Amino acid sequence: MEKKKLVELKNIVKEFNGEPVLRSINLDVHDNEFMTLLGPSGCGKTTTLRIIGGFATPDSGDVFFDGVRINDVPPHKRQVNTVFQKYALFPHLNVYENVAFALRLKKTPEREISMRVAEMLELVNLSGFEKRSVNYLSGGQQQRVAIARALISNPRVLLLDEPLGALDLKLRKEMQTELKALQQRTGITFVYVTHDQEEALTMSDTVVVMNGGIIQQIGTPQDIYNEPLNTFVATFIGESNILPGIMHRDFLAEFAGNNFACVDSGFAPMEPVNVVIRPEDISIVEAQEETINGVVRCVTFKGVHYEIIVEACSVDWIIHSTKAPEVGSVVGMTFTPQDIHIMHRYPDDAPAPLETVRKPEESADNP
Amino acid sequence: MKKMTFSKIYTSIIFLFLYIPIGVLIVNSFNASKSRTVWTGFTLDWYSKLFHNETIMTSLLNTLVVALIASVVATILGTAAAIGIYNMNSVARKFIMNITLIPNVNPEIVTGVSLMLLFVFLKMEFGFTTLILSHITFCVPYVILNVMPKLRQMNRNLCEAAMDLGCNQLQVFRKVIVPEIMPGILSGFLMSLTYSIDDFVISYFTYGASSQTLSITIFSMTRRKVSPEVNALSAIIFVVVLAILLIMNIVDIKKHEKEARR
Ligand SMILES: Nc1ncnc2c1ncn2[C@@H]1O[C@H](COP(=O)(O)OP(=O)(O)O)[C@@H](O)[C@H]1O
Ligand SMILES: [Mg+2]
Repeated sequence: MEKKKLVELKNIVKEFNGEPVLRSINLDVHDNEFMTLLGPSGCGKTTTLRIIGGFATPDSGDVFFDGVRINDVPPHKRQVNTVFQKYALFPHLNVYENVAFALRLKKTPEREISMRVAEMLELVNLSGFEKRSVNYLSGGQQQRVAIARALISNPRVLLLDEPLGALDLKLRKEMQTELKALQQRTGITFVYVTHDQEEALTMSDTVVVMNGGIIQQIGTPQDIYNEPLNTFVATFIGESNILPGIMHRDFLAEFAGNNFACVDSGFAPMEPVNVVIRPEDISIVEAQEETINGVVRCVTFKGVHYEIIVEACSVDWIIHSTKAPEVGSVVGMTFTPQDIHIMHRYPDDAPAPLETVRKPEESADNP
Repeated sequence: MKKMTFSKIYTSIIFLFLYIPIGVLIVNSFNASKSRTVWTGFTLDWYSKLFHNETIMTSLLNTLVVALIASVVATILGTAAAIGIYNMNSVARKFIMNITLIPNVNPEIVTGVSLMLLFVFLKMEFGFTTLILSHITFCVPYVILNVMPKLRQMNRNLCEAAMDLGCNQLQVFRKVIVPEIMPGILSGFLMSLTYSIDDFVISYFTYGASSQTLSITIFSMTRRKVSPEVNALSAIIFVVVLAILLIMNIVDIKKHEKEARR
């Protein structure tokens, strides 16, 4: 079943002082989806979020909410709430009043307010903090207040702009799990902004990779990781070996001086392509005739695994393995046809054409 | 060690210079003799005469009324102006802020004379209106100068957060901006009040027969001969101002202590 489209961005263009920041963004956010906008700093993630929230207006293009064009609807009339990058709690109000803010504006009866606030504070694990001043809370607690405040009026969509950016690693991991659980429990659509690829892959149903104001790829975390559409996505999402190659015909690719069976099809005969192989998909074995053989140049301990650089076929291969071979030794490398990912090669590494960015069938089978 | 005693002496001399005239004045306000050179005994006569002097009492009332009206209006105008300036782009903001500062660095007498000329040109009758207008004129910049830093300190996202939660423009102003910049508004108001009560030069050029303020009354009394009543009046003003300053400082210290605990 195709899920309902809740927010649609159509050909959104935005410039600041003549500098294009968003160049024709097309994006559908579905009901109940945890969508993450992922990209390096300055790629236009916040701007996209602000356009959905109504704090910025696109120079051209349209924003739809539930099928209705909302370009000119002011923020306070949108069924969207935001958790801001630096929380933006009201310093002159205590925790209770911060959370109650939206309901007070609606002149909700006091009894209902106190019930809802208690409910929200319980949701974010802050029961008992009602009377505290928000200025004395820790970063993680402020974060929770901001989420409770944004959720109290039951928004259809919650926008979160790098909400965990200011927290330390451990708290970050905890909050990631909590946020994901919160989204599943409430069923509210989340549009989440981050520049941390691991965070994006862990939490999201759908990841939108952006760079330079252009959407590079939309897909499930698995798709994005396993089937990057271009070299930007392949390098931004974890480390990869990217090798130039030629697609002889369906299921047969040539690179690194050899022909390999692969599982990709739909390329023109003899089309030049880029081949992506993830470092953890390569196994190091004893050098044999049918393996790619090379010399170990460098071994670095990375905690969970070793990072091994092997020079073979005049390129450096990055390999992640829990066993470390000796530097200077000759080793062989193997990988299966499933580990080979073929990408079209675009001139100057331009982004993929729009129609290839999101595969039509994939939005249907989100978990 | 030597340095310390030297700096102590130095400070004491400065304080002596500053406070001897006022001390003499206060002592004289209790002097039974009209002469300022001989002490003939303690009296409260001058204070009692002061409170029965209708001219002085009327002008005291005038001063307070003018100060209150001018400060309230200046606070409203100045706060609105500060918010407007804050929302301008940075070039326009710098330009307007500099213009705002000019009246404060301008010699008062120039401001006074030009206001007088303006009122003459507009054929306005000199009285309360002209006096209040001119006081508003010189108070507004002080309000802007006090409110502006509070606006700058405010997290810009606060307004957006308020809109996000359902505030329209007016509610953003009332429920978020005003509470956030309240300390600035208050100190702007108090400063306006002080400067308005304190003002002589500008008032001198813009007052009318009906709106004589205390400073002008004192000035005209001293032109004839310094009456001991003036001593009594000045002593009262000094004590009141001192009390206000002390209170403000104590409040300030308390606030800093609170902030330091954050
Ligand atoms: N209000 C603004 N005025 C001028 N430039 C802006 C404004 N907001 C964002 N930009 C610029 O737009 C670009 C994208 O910003 P942003 O959307 O915040 O990126 P991200 O959130 O992905 O880091 C940046 O180069 C930034 O400098
Ligand atoms: Mg950002």
